[in-house]
Amino acid sequence: MSAFSAIGEERETDRDEFTPGIEPQATWCPGCGDFGVLKALKQAMPMVGKNPDEVALFTGIGCSGKLNSYFESYGFHTIHGRELPVARAAKLANPELEVIAAGGDGDNYGIGGNHFIHTARENHDMVSIVFNNEIFGLTKGQTSPTSPKGHKSKTQPSGSAKSPIRPLSLSLTAGASYVARTAAVNPNQAKEILAEAIEHDGFAHVDFLTQCPTWNKDAKQYVPYTDIQQSDEYDHDVSDRQEAAEIMYETESKLYEGEVLTGRYYVDEDRPSYQEEKSATGEMPDEPLAERYFDEDAEWERTADELLDYHK
Amino acid sequence: MTGQELIWRIAGGSGDGIDSTSQNFAKALMRSGLDVFTHRHYPSRIRGGHTFVEVRASNDDVRSRGDGYNFLLALGDSFARNPQEGAYYGNEEVKPLSENLHDLREGGVIVYDEGLLEEDDIADLNLEERAEENDWHVYPLNLREIAREHGREVMRNTAGVAATAALLGMDTSYFEELIQENMSGDVMEANLKVLDQAYDEVSEMDHDHDLTIPEAEAHDEDQVLLSGSNAIAYGALDEGCRFISGYPMTPWTDVFTIMSQNLPKFGGISEQVEDEIAAASLAIGASHAGVKAMSGSSGGGFALMSEPLGLAEMTETPVVLVEAMRAGPSTGMPTKPEQGDLEHVLYTSQGDSSRVVFAPGNLRECYDQTRKAFEIAYDYQIPAIVVYDQKLQGELRNVDEGFFDREPSGDPGSVLTEEEIAEAAHHESGKFQRFQHEPEDGSNVSPRSVPGQKDGRFLATGNEHNESGHISEDPQNRVFQMDRRLGKLDDIRTDLDENASHQTYHGPEDADHGILVWGSHQDTVFEAVDRLNENGHSVKALGVSDLMPYPVEEVSEWLESVDQALVVEMNATGQFRGLTQKEIGRFGPKLSSLLKYNGNPFEPHEIVEGFESSINGEELAANNMKYVPAAGD
Repeated sequence: MSAFSAIGEERETDRDEFTPGIEPQATWCPGCGDFGVLKALKQAMPMVGKNPDEVALFTGIGCSGKLNSYFESYGFHTIHGRELPVARAAKLANPELEVIAAGGDGDNYGIGGNHFIHTARENHDMVSIVFNNEIFGLTKGQTSPTSPKGHKSKTQPSGSAKSPIRPLSLSLTAGASYVARTAAVNPNQAKEILAEAIEHDGFAHVDFLTQCPTWNKDAKQYVPYTDIQQSDEYDHDVSDRQEAAEIMYETESKLYEGEVLTGRYYVDEDRPSYQEEKSATGEMPDEPLAERYFDEDAEWERTADELLDYHK
Repeated sequence: MTGQELIWRIAGGSGDGIDSTSQNFAKALMRSGLDVFTHRHYPSRIRGGHTFVEVRASNDDVRSRGDGYNFLLALGDSFARNPQEGAYYGNEEVKPLSENLHDLREGGVIVYDEGLLEEDDIADLNLEERAEENDWHVYPLNLREIAREHGREVMRNTAGVAATAALLGMDTSYFEELIQENMSGDVMEANLKVLDQAYDEVSEMDHDHDLTIPEAEAHDEDQVLLSGSNAIAYGALDEGCRFISGYPMTPWTDVFTIMSQNLPKFGGISEQVEDEIAAASLAIGASHAGVKAMSGSSGGGFALMSEPLGLAEMTETPVVLVEAMRAGPSTGMPTKPEQGDLEHVLYTSQGDSSRVVFAPGNLRECYDQTRKAFEIAYDYQIPAIVVYDQKLQGELRNVDEGFFDREPSGDPGSVLTEEEIAEAAHHESGKFQRFQHEPEDGSNVSPRSVPGQKDGRFLATGNEHNESGHISEDPQNRVFQMDRRLGKLDDIRTDLDENASHQTYHGPEDADHGILVWGSHQDTVFEAVDRLNENGHSVKALGVSDLMPYPVEEVSEWLESVDQALVVEMNATGQFRGLTQKEIGRFGPKLSSLLKYNGNPFEPHEIVEGFESSINGEELAANNMKYVPAAGD
């Protein structure tokens, strides 16, 4: 029997199972878009047939990082910007776990930008949900990497001189094999996209637009969205990298003018995940590494038997 | 060490094969029945510059690089010449000869490659006159020509080794064997020819020196030649470590490379990642998921790990980090040893943080204490650091293979099985009580579960948290959790005291004076202590390898027993002396320091001189060291 019997357990689950029976320390303000992410994630879990014990959720710091307090599964609330490296090692250690990483636009496009690029580049099989509210919320309203140029905050009182990062283009260029954007105010699309991202075999980047009613009242999160998959105007082949890049460029240019597109931008079903690439080079164990530590019959070879001849 | 010894120094430019040649030379000496020890000196530069390796050999226990050396093989720096333009960078090429002469002992032998060195440059060195003064025996040989005649220029290394053998009366069969083992085809054939030719030519020459290869006992076939890095890596493997993540940085790269090359054979995973923050974070992630994991770096890279180190402590995720010190601050001297990161390793990270720190004192301790670091980290759910330096990283030493003949272990420590989780405490919501205030067994360790186990769900967070892992700022909970986490250090101290003291005592128990040392200079100090006692002093030494938790009782007792103690360490500020005073809180007036921080490890005679001038109240004559008197002196 597996040491991890929760993994792959076939049973019906419902979204309520993913609600902790512990009152979380309230940190999300009334009307916060993060509730929309939480709801969509809870709804997606039964859709993909997962139970709380087989899901490992890694979060960063800030309001988004508190997702773990509201979501019942194995959880690891890491440090600012570091949820991806912690998460991807857990996946390598036990590839059968459902690994989800969640962080804010500061975590993934700012302080942890390097990790974001490299996790996408390597195409680790996991979901990276980025709460994009164009602001640092929990530190009380400073300009974030996605804040529009000219954005005024206490730390950039004359308005930001920086152009915002383009998250979709960034992850596409870095090598993500699934890139989508959805929004807290669009719950039906959000849960579908998250379910799809979880089932995708590779790095799935979901840029999740969330509103911050406390610190970013003017942001575009309140404007209507167009779903690119529902719109006749945008008929692009999601497996075509070039087309995806063009449409991303277009929408990211217009984002701050209030024209917001959501939906799937790019899906590459063929690109092997990092774990598959690593298996191909012979540097990935066949069985989940973590299992070994629970197996009483596991053989722990001595270096004395294997390696010392070389030194004689 | 008693009796005759050879300290052979091969010098050349980086990239000229000095390192590999010296390794083979050392191995050949070991196979001929001698005890060997190597010391490596190289610049932070890929090709060219001044590089040397010393191989010290004797017929009994060799513990340090020794004092100076008695055979110089100066090969010249072939990279001082730019082959494209025929440019020649002044006397750079002659450095392997000119830069090494000051440490050559009286009566020593010099072989230099006249094929590569210009006569004019040699003339500038005043070699004849100096040879006369010091009774040096100089053999200019055209090693380059022999190499070119039978193979390629780079094989002048082989020619130099053959010349050494001919001059010292060594058997070349061990070199032949190694060439046959390590090379193949034309390259092997050519090297064998170069070896033969050079040996024959030099054998026929007239010799006027006394130095010979030390007499050897029969070779014990169970001897293996390896470095501190090998021992750390093998200790980790034997303790069931199957995951490593890192970013290259000298000298940490050594352990990282050895692990990366071997982990796939053992069914493990190695990850080279984007930076050191990621490296330590990956090790934490793998450990969280149930694997025994390790990461590490050197000073600057370890600085980046300060953040994940604190996370591991707060979330009680076991992890082992290796810190391979080099001279700092900042990037410092990348290829030179120093023991300057002690305080960095002990105290980095915010808050009242705690971790376990071991500083192995030699090759064997590298293995033992790495295993212990894993054991403690996983039993007590705390980060453990193995701190060593570029000296232990770079030196090769022979040891009996039987030393490594130990039981491997994959024990993940305080991880529960699903059956045990079912019996364990849960919150009414079904959440596993991962961080209990008062664990059932009365210890400070609350057992853990691993993602994927049924009903083991918990939240790990770097924020203060309650028993289920949820963020909490409740004052009472805070005190409970802090006390429990910090209490582990006391438990570990007790555990180490009872089961695995890592302190090493040397010299007569009733000696009047003491030398206190930590880390890589332990055996050099022990050699110096033997010499001091032979000189009529009454000295003993204590090598301290547990740095946190500090062995307060053991060191206190030892300090009680001596009149005064000289603390020997390779840094400028006496960090270990400071630690000892802080931890013990007394003995300040008994402790003085002998410090060296010029990038070169202590030689035993320097410790002898430092000690003698300290007890005689004389000023230190050597200007490459610093003496700091006791507080209040």
